[in-house]
Amino acid sequence: MSDSPMIRLDAVTKVFPGTDHPAVDRLTLEVAEGEVVVLVGPSGCGKTTTLKMINRLIEPTSGTITVAGADVTAVPAPELRRSIGYVIQQIGLFPHRTIADNIATVPRLLGWERPRIEARIDELIDLADLDPAMRDRYPSELSGGQRQRVGVARALAADPPVLLMDEPFGAVDPIVRARLQDELLDLQARLRKTIVLVTHDVDEAIKLGDRVAILNVGGVLEQYAPPAEILRSPADAFVEGFLGSDRGIKRLSLIAVRDATLVEGPIVDAAATAAEAGAAMAQHGLDWFGIRRGGLVVGWAAGSDLDGGAAPADLEPRPFATALGPDDSLRDALDAVITSHSRVAPVFDGARYLGMLTIEEISREIVQ
Amino acid sequence: MSFLGDVASWFGTAANWWGESGILNRVFEHVQLSAFTMAVALAVALPPALALGHRNRGGGLVVTVVNLGRAIPSFGILALALPFTIELARGIDLFGWEFSPISSGLGFWPTFVALLALAVPPIFANGFTAVRDVDPGTVEAARGMGLTERQILRSIEVPMAMPVVYAAMRVASVQVVATATLGALVAWGGLGRFIIDGFAQQDDVQVFAGAVLVALLAVATEALFAFGERWAIPRGIAGAGDRAAATAG
Repeated sequence: MSDSPMIRLDAVTKVFPGTDHPAVDRLTLEVAEGEVVVLVGPSGCGKTTTLKMINRLIEPTSGTITVAGADVTAVPAPELRRSIGYVIQQIGLFPHRTIADNIATVPRLLGWERPRIEARIDELIDLADLDPAMRDRYPSELSGGQRQRVGVARALAADPPVLLMDEPFGAVDPIVRARLQDELLDLQARLRKTIVLVTHDVDEAIKLGDRVAILNVGGVLEQYAPPAEILRSPADAFVEGFLGSDRGIKRLSLIAVRDATLVEGPIVDAAATAAEAGAAMAQHGLDWFGIRRGGLVVGWAAGSDLDGGAAPADLEPRPFATALGPDDSLRDALDAVITSHSRVAPVFDGARYLGMLTIEEISREIVQ
Repeated sequence: MSFLGDVASWFGTAANWWGESGILNRVFEHVQLSAFTMAVALAVALPPALALGHRNRGGGLVVTVVNLGRAIPSFGILALALPFTIELARGIDLFGWEFSPISSGLGFWPTFVALLALAVPPIFANGFTAVRDVDPGTVEAARGMGLTERQILRSIEVPMAMPVVYAAMRVASVQVVATATLGALVAWGGLGRFIIDGFAQQDDVQVFAGAVLVALLAVATEALFAFGERWAIPRGIAGAGDRAAATAG
């Protein structure tokens, strides 16, 4: 991040003709270079209006907007827009043009040489994880998720430093949406664009945003902070209400399992005696124990398995139904803990056993 | 000999095919007038229709044009046009400059006026609605990527409107070909001559043969447009033109 913001809105107001109340009211907002900022709020909060003022699809009534230090009104609007990527919910692929031609839109407007355009198309098809065979297909031949990827590739074609996204994943089903969100985060980790994204979905905002701007009806900025901070300390009742009653659980999605405190759990060596296993279970108040063999935790056995006088070495370890990795979120962990009858979730880094996450530890993180 | 047999032998008579009043020349005249009318109608109606559709302005004008086109029959326009074309042929005085813009007030020009009035409304109305109804998301994406308004119209909206515009051209052309028959009433050639002259001479065979020829030419026009569709409609959006037929009529 550099010192000066990549995008700066200064006291920006928009009053649409024929309305008394501003859609956006003296909004001041800075977006640092390489940052993902999500504008979120209920309908009528002016989030889309705000986004469209950045590329001048809507002209502000008053206030100034700068991108990379330059006033957006300094150049003609079409020229400005060619330097800013734009992705919308409807995607808006040109149906009469092939995927390659769609992607080539802005490079052609900028007058690139043909070989450079062709090379860039190949690069973007690869970047967006699209099948190269799609190059010469038409948008109607693609699935919703594929079209969305093409839309993003098209927006990135001229390598703009700034990307504006208006509810980019609003039109796809939840499973595809989650995957596209992950892909965007992957892409962003590599490209480090400055992204402003609009959504009405608080979970999407928390997942994608480095910072989240929560707007109230009439374009009033209620809070502008990293998601963890917003969830930990909402600025006011509006923000708290907007985040929902499951704010604590939402916060869990921002904490990685690796950052939580793990307990060793009732793990005994395969060579241990039944009494040692019993002691381990009693210590943790559980009716099962994990079995370590050759340094690896290979599975578990129930306390009742020892009832016939068997030793741990005689038992066939049962595999863990759910296992977490260090990169999973505590929200995933909570799900694993609740749905397993053992009330804990084992954490593995590959084959290496790291420890167990208990419901107590998770609730401690919520309260913090 | 049966009636149809008479018709067949009429078509079989070489004298009916050649010469100024033969079938071939009449077909040529008919096609010439129809094609000229369509070319002028497209040149006059399409540019303003597309421009207004892009800005979504002038919807009221479109309704008026279409209603006028439906209200006034071609025959009436032919009758109304006649005095004006005759006056034009006599010569007009433009700030002291006297000249005759057309050589004859009968024949070609009054028929052209009547056919133009027939062809312009569907082309204008469908050109307008076709561009206006282009998916707004596609247009917003184009604008957001930095296409100028002119580029949006030319390279996005017009290709996307093409199925509807083409369907309107197709319907208008067939109507023009069928209606150009009226030209014979004001001393124009074309296939109408066989019908009008046949009536005058009480020659039912000639009337029938003329009607058959007009019908065949109309069907041939339809077929020509069906054949040209694959070049006129951009790939990727074929099949969208069917809904235009209803409004084009």
